[in-house]
Amino acid sequence: MTVTAAPLTAEFRSGLDAPICLTWELTYACNLSCVHCLSSSGRRDPAELSTQDCKRVIDELERMQVFYVNIGGGEPTVRPDFWELVDYATAHHVGVKFSTNGLRITPAVASRLAGSDYIDVQISLDGATAEVNDAVRGRGSFEMATRAMQHLADAGFRGFKISVVMTRHNIAQLDAFKAIADSFGAQLRITRLRPSGRGADVWDELHPTAAQQRELYDWLVSHGENVLTGDSFFHLAGYGQELPGLNMCGAGRVVCLIDPVGDVYACPFAIHSEFLAGNVRAPGGFAGVWRSSELFAGLRQPQSGGACTSCSAFDACQGGCMAAKFFTGLPLDGPDPECVRGFGEAALATAGTAAPPRPSGDHSHRGRPTTLGSGRRAPVPVSIGPRPGQGLTASTGQAGLTVRSAPDRACDESPLAGFTLPPAR
Amino acid sequence: MSTNGQTAQPPATSPEAGFDLDAAWRLHPQVSVRPERFGALLYHFGTRRLSFLKSPELLSVVSSLGAQPSARAACAEAGIGPAELPAYARALATLATSQMICGRPDDRRKDGT
Repeated sequence: MTVTAAPLTAEFRSGLDAPICLTWELTYACNLSCVHCLSSSGRRDPAELSTQDCKRVIDELERMQVFYVNIGGGEPTVRPDFWELVDYATAHHVGVKFSTNGLRITPAVASRLAGSDYIDVQISLDGATAEVNDAVRGRGSFEMATRAMQHLADAGFRGFKISVVMTRHNIAQLDAFKAIADSFGAQLRITRLRPSGRGADVWDELHPTAAQQRELYDWLVSHGENVLTGDSFFHLAGYGQELPGLNMCGAGRVVCLIDPVGDVYACPFAIHSEFLAGNVRAPGGFAGVWRSSELFAGLRQPQSGGACTSCSAFDACQGGCMAAKFFTGLPLDGPDPECVRGFGEAALATAGTAAPPRPSGDHSHRGRPTTLGSGRRAPVPVSIGPRPGQGLTASTGQAGLTVRSAPDRACDESPLAGFTLPPAR
Repeated sequence: MSTNGQTAQPPATSPEAGFDLDAAWRLHPQVSVRPERFGALLYHFGTRRLSFLKSPELLSVVSSLGAQPSARAACAEAGIGPAELPAYARALATLATSQMICGRPDDRRKDGT
């Protein structure tokens, strides 16, 4: 078929009346303390949405015809009403894809999941070996994930996802990850490490080196067909060939994030007041936030690429990921910190000594180290409840949030994950 | 997720790609359609794939498939002229390949012809 992707992408850039899909972190509670957790999860927030709150949101999503939600956390299955909410969503024609570390995937649960067309499961795994995985996700987490995958495979659940955040320590395991996925009849999904949440503390130590980025790109070019990426690596398109994917930042345009207390953010990797659009408990509900938020309206306007617009790779990479820039202290209209042309490194080197912005909330377990090696992190006070919204300034936006990927925790979500537009002609 | 988006639109020229315009078709029961200004979004809950209809006319055709005795009749109903028909057949073929639409083998020509 003849395809012209450009006009459709233009439609998406200016926003749709409803998201195509969205990420919904159901809880900040988590049994793990992954060092790179993008939502700084650990402890439940007392202001978490109630079961009734959640059902109201689902009712809205059904009315807005949001096809499915990417549910994460925290570890979403620790919510006592998790299965009730999953059933409610699917009964109301809202499909569910949820991310889990495998904690509650017993043989009985696996059988039940295998029986539903409306539920998809992603198991988070950040190492193809226990050694590599557990260094990031915690002792015993590899075994827990492997057990869950075995239960899903035994129950006949074909095509569940194994979701991997790519780090300096697991890039060399790409083939091994693929082999694991194949052995369980699952599909591999790899996503980009972002300096969001606790990821900001370990980003310097964990993000792939320039040489590894190239290795990853080459691997994707040769294996891309059957590997999902949530479009999270479009900054690598600067190497030449565009990778499959939407190749645009969907934040606030076709995707967004709802956090456990009902705050709506532009994307899962941008949990910061700068990207807060509103709260689902406000009188207009989720639809009111989606349609009337000043922040989202700004993101749907034509954006400036700043210094990047003079780069020959700009059309391909669109300046990279908004969240990656923000949490490394780079201007949103400048290069991505992992710019393949090296402009990001240069920008970081001259960014000055001011500390990059910190995430607005931190629900990490208390008293447990969440650093890797030489990590340096100071305790951050927990903030609860809705925070005042704040618009992005006009110079901010565009460059492209990629919506995708990240980390660990149970959620990785990328709303448009794996969503592929055919190449423009 | 496994939503590999596809775009179905009437291309300028192309063969009918083997699509049976005279057969009875319908939207797959697991597909949800969301009208948009550019056409529509389609999501298949079974395959978890997303597709796009890139024109309102194509949406009209797809929407009426289930009520028309054939795809050809659905196109006529939507005002598609003979010159455009091959392009629409090709778009429908794409949708059939991705299971967004499916045949109605037991539901031919209720008018008795």
